[in-house]
Amino acid sequence: MSFINYSSREINCKIVYYGPGLCGKTTNLQFIYNKTNPDLKGKMISLATETERTLFFDFLPLALGQIRGFKTRFHLYTVPGQVFYDASRKLILKGVDGVVFVADSQIERMEANLESMDNLRINLREQGYELEKIPFVIQYNKRDLPNAAPLDEMRRQLNTMGAVEFEACAQGGEGVFETLKAVAKGVLSDLKRLSR
Amino acid sequence: MLDTQLVMYEEDHKQILAVIGRLVRDANAKCIFIVDKNGQLIAEAGEVRGIDTTSLASLTAGSIAATGGLAKIIGEEDFPVHFHQGARDNLHVTLVAKRMILVVIFDDRSSLGLVRLRVKKAGAEMGKIFEMIQKKAEAEQATGGGQSPFNEITDDDIDNLFAD
Repeated sequence: MSFINYSSREINCKIVYYGPGLCGKTTNLQFIYNKTNPDLKGKMISLATETERTLFFDFLPLALGQIRGFKTRFHLYTVPGQVFYDASRKLILKGVDGVVFVADSQIERMEANLESMDNLRINLREQGYELEKIPFVIQYNKRDLPNAAPLDEMRRQLNTMGAVEFEACAQGGEGVFETLKAVAKGVLSDLKRLSR
Repeated sequence: MLDTQLVMYEEDHKQILAVIGRLVRDANAKCIFIVDKNGQLIAEAGEVRGIDTTSLASLTAGSIAATGGLAKIIGEEDFPVHFHQGARDNLHVTLVAKRMILVVIFDDRSSLGLVRLRVKKAGAEMGKIFEMIQKKAEAEQATGGGQSPFNEITDDDIDNLFAD
């Protein structure tokens, strides 16, 4: 849920990166953090375990520029992907304005992708949101790996709602900013639509 | 926008700043923050220099969310007051109007007792302000957006933001 502050002339929105464990959600945020002008970003926070698995969330505040005199700020969050952290995932989804689903293209992770997508739907529904009605982008990550599933197959299984989608290799950065821009644009367009 | 959108007008912001400005003095606090449960920083007062306020806001919200989850597991609705004691600075965190979090940072110039006492009074005052803001937002949503800056923006404005 966005926050419009007339006093500081700021619009703040929340974007959550969702997906199965080790699909590359944190890698997306790290790439964005590393490639963004220091003036436009805040500190990246990672609440992770000793083995660098996300324990609670990663957080990256980002400024995108101004619209009609209002500074637009996006707060990017990732959820912990491992199945047993479901309680944390639910908390992080609260107040979300847009979601990126990062799918792991490796064929043996297809089941985990499907499970995570179902989990996203359930957790959103619990809070009264429908996946089809929120700004939503799918990123097929790790397309460079030799065991990547064919794109058509991933699309058929995961993108039944016809969401905006991108192929990516988050480690090298391919598709990372395209995904971010698409979801941010979706969020702003949604706010515009809903204000009418 | 997936819930009632939080819109803060200048006059609302001034009212909140007045309450937390007074609270800084009354409680002998170093600084005070108001954060919403989604991790957005709403207002700040006192010696905030050197503090990464954006990170503070998101971590406070995360911590409140996690302890709220814990509360539900043991059959409580929430834990409305939290206190973190440090070697030098302490953190007193209170839930206000179910949606806002009041964070007071204080050192040995003050005491937990004084902070508690002052927060109770200021919290009630703030609760009323946030209820009023909430009602205003709901009324605006019902009448179709009110004065939202998004009323005026065009697709080109959005595209321009991403033109690099």
